[in-house]
Amino acid sequence: MTTAIRHRQRVKLSDALTHTAVITRRNTLRVVRLPQLLLFSTIQPVMFLLLFNYVFGGAIAIGGPGGSVSGSDSYINWLIPGILVQTAVFGATATALGLTEDLGAGVIDRFRSLPMARSAVLAGRTIADLVRNTFVNGLMLIVGFLMGWRFEQGIPKMLLGVALALLFGYAFSWVMATIGLVAKTPEAAQSAGFLPIFPLVFASSVFVPTASMPDWLQVFAENQPVSVIANAVRSLMIPEEALLPLGLDQATLIWQSFAWIIVMVAVFGPLAVRQYRRSVG
Amino acid sequence: MTAVEAHNIVKTFGDVVALDGVTVSFEKGIVYGLLGPNGAGKTTLIRVLTTLLRPDSGSASVVGIDVVADPVGVRHRIGLAGQFAAVDDFLTGRENVEMVGRLYNLSKKDAARRAEDVLERIRLIDAADRPVRTYSGGMRRRLDLAASMVGNPEVLFLDEPTTGVDPRSRLDLWDLIEELVDAGTTLLLTTQYLDEADRLADRIGVIDRGHLIDEGTSDELKDRLGGNVVEVHVMGDDRATAAGALTTVADGELMTEGQALVIPAVNGARTLTAAVRALDDAGIEPQDIGLRRPTLDDVFLSLTGHRAEEEDHSEAPEHPSQRV
Repeated sequence: MTTAIRHRQRVKLSDALTHTAVITRRNTLRVVRLPQLLLFSTIQPVMFLLLFNYVFGGAIAIGGPGGSVSGSDSYINWLIPGILVQTAVFGATATALGLTEDLGAGVIDRFRSLPMARSAVLAGRTIADLVRNTFVNGLMLIVGFLMGWRFEQGIPKMLLGVALALLFGYAFSWVMATIGLVAKTPEAAQSAGFLPIFPLVFASSVFVPTASMPDWLQVFAENQPVSVIANAVRSLMIPEEALLPLGLDQATLIWQSFAWIIVMVAVFGPLAVRQYRRSVG
Repeated sequence: MTAVEAHNIVKTFGDVVALDGVTVSFEKGIVYGLLGPNGAGKTTLIRVLTTLLRPDSGSASVVGIDVVADPVGVRHRIGLAGQFAAVDDFLTGRENVEMVGRLYNLSKKDAARRAEDVLERIRLIDAADRPVRTYSGGMRRRLDLAASMVGNPEVLFLDEPTTGVDPRSRLDLWDLIEELVDAGTTLLLTTQYLDEADRLADRIGVIDRGHLIDEGTSDELKDRLGGNVVEVHVMGDDRATAAGALTTVADGELMTEGQALVIPAVNGARTLTAAVRALDDAGIEPQDIGLRRPTLDDVFLSLTGHRAEEEDHSEAPEHPSQRV
């Protein structure tokens, strides 16, 4: 029988990086060449921005006991940091959809029959989604600026805030990758993906301060990752003196954010890879 | 040198036994055709051999490398074209093939050179720089074949390469596959089409319900039916009587193929004469009666008791991972 079992071959790290780059390019080209994809994935967040600012903005009182926290009395300065995080999280659902489409089309079978790193398929997918998220969030900032959004702590801190939102979106892509690979079809992935997203995004400080929520909900809303990230981004954009009344401390929020991002990737990265091995088996 | 060696492979999905102890092996330089109906286990066997599925038990190796112990080693040596053309619509044909080349660890330059080469061979070079969404179904299948060849595989696995393809494209694909074989590629292809196995395969394994039930060249399989068969066509009302009469003279079991009644005819013309006489005695006038070489369809029918080709060829599962 099979006597000639050689040493088990492994994929070299340098090859794995090349594979990841190849898959990232493929997934990004899809968005670039099918502009309607980008168009519609951009329209939705911009619509959210417009709706929340002009429909709810007037009714939502931003300000703790100390008065205005936005520094300029404008809801948009509160909203933009939150909506960057919301956009990144919603954008992560593309990871689940993209993977289920590839599964259905037999593309994943092809990839798995090639001597490539298994993680490259997932890494190439999540990185491509990060690239797209970056583009969409950049556009949001431009639209926000036209609507009157201003940042108060200089460009480097503003950029750090944007980066935090995007990194969180990237971490969330791994959650979505796991869900997509469990769900297997785009339809199921679509519904399953939004199950964790809705409570996390809406029971949070993304759109409104948590102070007005019932006590039991506040406990959840103040400690769950989306609020932590949204507050951290906010702490880097609104005036520093406005943080205090909210009980926000910039340094704490930033390390907590990084901790959440690292924990999510550390947990869901291996889970997704494991599910990838199984779901195609 | 051995191309594929599989020993007693078992694979179950829940209650469904997809492979029930399949043993098969063949050497390099030939085309091995795995013939069987939908659900026979063909795709599952391909998925085990191409390292997409771990067998529950049994062992398998490709060019001497164990598929479970060293899957990456196997993947370096094989190419796979699955049941669905796994090509990206928004990339050009060339980009598709180059991408797969890069994933075989070819340098950019080598991937480009190999892509040019296989696209030429597969006769897609003129359409190479068009997006795949402008391709016809047959062109997509050819592109998929090109992608599976770009890594210069020692063994190429083609899972139902012409299922769902129009007849004209099917003939094109057959020509292409024959050219590949002439150039020395070793091929394992699955098919539910008897004419496809007959034309392309050097050796045929007949698979049904997870078992490999017979194996040999097309001629060997046909000879096992005892040489020739007598085929009789009668009016619908006379079928039962005719079947009874033919059974008395048959050199084996009577088979029904569509409207026709078929009996093995070891004694050739003598069986034919006996059949005519038996029908005459029974008062039946056949519409048509003749002696012919058996087809693979006859072989399949006699081996399994049912036909290989199904009424509806388009009946493909919706999701590759649900394929059995």
